[in-house]
Amino acid sequence: MSDRLSQEQSEPTSVPAIRLRGISKAFGAVQANADIDLDIATGSIHGIIGENGAGKSTLVSILYGFYAADGGVIEIDGSTAIIRNSSDAIAHGIGMVHQHFMLVPTFTVLENVMLGAEGGAMLSAGRAETHRELEKLSREHGLEIDPDALVGDLPVGLQQRVEILKALRRGARVLILDEPTGVLTPDETDRFFDILRALRGEGVTIILITHKLREVMEVCDAISVMRNGRMVGNRSPSETSREELAEMMVGRKVLLEARKSDAASTGVALTAEGLTWCDVDGVTRLNNVSFELHAGEILGVAGVSGNGQSELLNLLAGILQVQTGRIRIGGHEFGRARQANPALMRDLGLAHVPEDRHRRGLILNFEARENAVLGYHNGLVAGAGAFINPASMQKHCQRLMDRFDIRPPNPRLRARNLSGGNQQKLVLAREIDAGPNVLLVGQPTRGVDIGAIEFINDQLVDLKEAGCAVLLVSVKLDEILALSDRVMVMNAGRVVGIVPRDRADHPTIGLMMAGIAGGAAA
Amino acid sequence: MPDLWIDLLHILDATLRLATPLILCAMAGLISERGGVIDIGLEGKLLAGAFAAAAVASLSGFAMLGVLAAVLVGAALSLVHGFACITHKGEHIISGVAINILASGLTVVVGIALFQQGGQTPLLGPEERFGSIALPLAATLGGVPVFGPLYSELISGHNILVYIALASVPAVYFLLYRTTFGLRLRAVGEAPEAIDSAGLSVTRLRYGAVLIAGCLCGLAGAYLSIAHGAGFVREMSAGKGFIALAAMIFGKWRPWPVLFACLIFGFLEAIAARLQGTEMPVIGVVPVEMILVLPYIATVILLAGFFGQAIPPRALGTPYVKER
Amino acid sequence: MSATALPRWAEIGLIPLVNLTLAFTVSGVVVALIGENPVEAMSIMLKGAFIYPGGLGYTLYYTTNFIFTGLAVSVAFHAMLFNIGGEGQASLGGLGAALVCLALDPFLPGLIVVPLAVLAAAAFGAGWALIPGYLQAYRGSHVVITTIMFNFIAAGLMVGLLSGPLMRPGQSSPQTREFAGGTNLAYLHDWARALGFDVASSPLNLSFLVALAAALGVWILIWRTKFGYALRAIGQSDPAAVYAGIRVPRMIVIAMAISGALAGMMALNEILGVQHKLILNWTSGYGFTGIAVALMGRNHPVGIILASLLFGALFQGGAELDFEFQTITREMVLMIQGLIILFSGALALMFTPVLGRIFAVLKAGRARDA
Repeated sequence: MSDRLSQEQSEPTSVPAIRLRGISKAFGAVQANADIDLDIATGSIHGIIGENGAGKSTLVSILYGFYAADGGVIEIDGSTAIIRNSSDAIAHGIGMVHQHFMLVPTFTVLENVMLGAEGGAMLSAGRAETHRELEKLSREHGLEIDPDALVGDLPVGLQQRVEILKALRRGARVLILDEPTGVLTPDETDRFFDILRALRGEGVTIILITHKLREVMEVCDAISVMRNGRMVGNRSPSETSREELAEMMVGRKVLLEARKSDAASTGVALTAEGLTWCDVDGVTRLNNVSFELHAGEILGVAGVSGNGQSELLNLLAGILQVQTGRIRIGGHEFGRARQANPALMRDLGLAHVPEDRHRRGLILNFEARENAVLGYHNGLVAGAGAFINPASMQKHCQRLMDRFDIRPPNPRLRARNLSGGNQQKLVLAREIDAGPNVLLVGQPTRGVDIGAIEFINDQLVDLKEAGCAVLLVSVKLDEILALSDRVMVMNAGRVVGIVPRDRADHPTIGLMMAGIAGGAAA
Repeated sequence: MPDLWIDLLHILDATLRLATPLILCAMAGLISERGGVIDIGLEGKLLAGAFAAAAVASLSGFAMLGVLAAVLVGAALSLVHGFACITHKGEHIISGVAINILASGLTVVVGIALFQQGGQTPLLGPEERFGSIALPLAATLGGVPVFGPLYSELISGHNILVYIALASVPAVYFLLYRTTFGLRLRAVGEAPEAIDSAGLSVTRLRYGAVLIAGCLCGLAGAYLSIAHGAGFVREMSAGKGFIALAAMIFGKWRPWPVLFACLIFGFLEAIAARLQGTEMPVIGVVPVEMILVLPYIATVILLAGFFGQAIPPRALGTPYVKER
Repeated sequence: MSATALPRWAEIGLIPLVNLTLAFTVSGVVVALIGENPVEAMSIMLKGAFIYPGGLGYTLYYTTNFIFTGLAVSVAFHAMLFNIGGEGQASLGGLGAALVCLALDPFLPGLIVVPLAVLAAAAFGAGWALIPGYLQAYRGSHVVITTIMFNFIAAGLMVGLLSGPLMRPGQSSPQTREFAGGTNLAYLHDWARALGFDVASSPLNLSFLVALAAALGVWILIWRTKFGYALRAIGQSDPAAVYAGIRVPRMIVIAMAISGALAGMMALNEILGVQHKLILNWTSGYGFTGIAVALMGRNHPVGIILASLLFGALFQGGAELDFEFQTITREMVLMIQGLIILFSGALALMFTPVLGRIFAVLKAGRARDA
């Protein structure tokens, strides 16, 4: 009943809050936005979806004044608006919460909220005033926060709140949210959506950038789909489906489920026993993590990022030092007394596709052929003895490029000039080509176009069927559920449980991700 | 006993005088680096400021004009640094090294062109320099036992730039922590993206920081040539810019600890001059150079982490580029 | 350094040329402002550097120094380490060479002493760079600050030693006694004359050839060995290097040691080749010039040799200017050097966008015609 009422309250008025006509923006040779038309109704939650590189972030960055459009018109509440910088955008009542927070970690919440609108040359004047405003906004929107807390100490969900409060305090009537739920658990996401609905009830217009089809169907009033810099269609959730949206995003029919096959389980390839790990600040990131990884299976690690998965991968790969616990692989045991390192792990048959391919998996300024031996550069494939042989590196790279269909197949090309999908394929090719017994994979399809996603998924399944043990970490729950033989859920550094595939579904895993152990350990 | 006291006062007196250019340069470096711009070029700005002050004071006959010239030259060099680092996203370190070498060369080239004295300026007369200022009642209070000389010798009797240098520390503190500009400056050195998304200009704030730094360095240079000294001599900055850099790191980028470091380093220099040629028990004659390099050794030891971590501002040295 | 949108030849050849032209133009303006004729000054510089008798020899003698210090800076820079400590490391190199000569030259022939002195120079230079390297790798101390500090510490150390224990007995000036004649490196003008060429005397000596060999060695090390691959990896991306199993702290220390060793070898030229004794301040700022050379030469040995030649000509030409003009001294060279570092370093990419657009237009034109 109340739902319908709030719907009526936010009936779109005849003048859209935001109207874009013919917005275009090119970065060098890349046309990030091409002739975009978009209407966003006042007091609605409007979702913009698209793949990586579709141009969504560019579009809203133009709206927020980060970039100037090459062409086109922006109308706000019916009148043309000139937005040259963020100052103009803020003046027009536009606020933005970015994907990567723009907060000063060493400042308090209050100082972060004050920044830019301090209320005078002396801080003392504005402090009390801002405190009052903050309290008022907190109460009104249910966004509790401690103004004197250091932002750097706050958990991610609360940091996001600070960002929202910042925008609201500057009088935002249009709130842009860029991939806001990437860092939230399903539970936190639900609460976040409640806040959005409440804001909508007060007439705030919300633009939600996301690639999560499920969420956009759940909370949005209208959905716009972008592909390759163009706006390809507008739908309302009631008249479309995830399949249709995916098809619009990609341009062809898409298999949302990867092919499954049974685990060819044989012996144990890797054992983790009682791994506990604290970071430099003393925060416990891994808490007594134990599991066995079998040859011929894919063990998927589910969980919102920041719950210890990254640390687990880096620990197993030998990048982080073991503090407590043991790792057993290839007949060797590592622990506090005897530490592993990445080179040693590789020798023992472990390969690692890191979560951050730009910082770890590749050296962007190196040519593809040099990247093709990264981690294996001390071996014969790079050259004999102490020397490296560019010709043999080139041959090796060519082989990888042919086998994994990496385009353009030019070993002399610098890695930064490859697309995201091809970069990831290069990393994967390199690691798989080494013939590992254990493969650690982190976020294999992040920032990768759907064509490459399908290819990568196939490669992982092939690898598993050939007897390799695969540990797959991904924040994409769909991907985990589609590929894994068993699913291990992590929350706050602990293993909540390990569930075999037939019992792994969204509700079960979702509960576990929130820390509630429903399923049994395998 | 009273002799020792007077001796000590003289050393502390010298400490203040020697620490003055360090304090001004260290405050300059502090502001610049808090804003995210590394400043290795303190030495060059110091030298250039010293030359400008002496040259203009000599040519015009007025010390004040010399100070003005020094401040302008310092500001000009800092604009060059800013242009390279902020606008063109060049390497801060390299720009700093360039400015140091440029100043070394340019001061002598212009000096010879103007004065034909091999790079020096002519000796300056009293109006062209800053003399000591006697604080009120210094003479009368001087007779008071113990504390009299403390007032009349140590506290009173410095030239105005010394007092300005000392006053600059609370001023910088106030600026950084009590004003809006200071809040924004600290933000830009830690997380420039926060400034950008708040609708403020990272570039403008950083230029503001380097300009203030340039002016302070110029002032320090003026002190060297027309207050402490009586004219410009080739390479008269003698590494003080680097000692100031060391003091800034030693003080962990906070005004009062940095002042403390400057005073310690000034003290070391004062002692070195005193101990020259004096026989010490056990060690024998201490070469002056050993004492003079103590600030450098101390900084290295600090940086090696033996006095706790010296953590610089998070965005120091990284040009701000909007994420695509 | 970083990749730009320009073709490789433009990045390596055109941009440095543009920056150089700019530096010289600004210098020319200063020269004009102090009342001299910039064109005349330039011509005197060139003649002094290359044409006048002995000029080329002197130029190449300076070039030798810069090749060593330039290589030193570049090796460290491939690991993204700014080694500003060339002055101090070279200084210590001289100390090493001097100690060996002073200790051994009464007893052993030059043929044995000289190689040992070379090793000592490299070792001492390496040692002086190793400490800042270690501090950076294992304690996180910024290598720029520590190397600057070590420059000053070295200077103080030298004064202390040369006015004290190492001072020539019976004298009061801070320098050692002369080394035995057998330890002197052969002058190349002597070799040239032996081959029948009538060549004016200059300090150019055998160490020039050693410098060229070092340049070749550095090229092989950086681009043709696994060590070099690992070094470049660290310089490009520390996390990727760790991921690849590269032991980063160890490599940093080794890189700094190699860098310091190269700087230390400058002592071959100055101490063994020319001075034949250890004096104060013989490094004369050449360590800093090495930074300019490495920048101009884009950290590649070929570029470094060319840039060293440029600066060699600058220094020798500057000496000629000093000689011929009342109003110009060697500090003019310092000024030009500062401008070159400014334009080739900090402002290196100033013209990249402009040139990039020009190239884009040209490319589009060619595509149209194709």
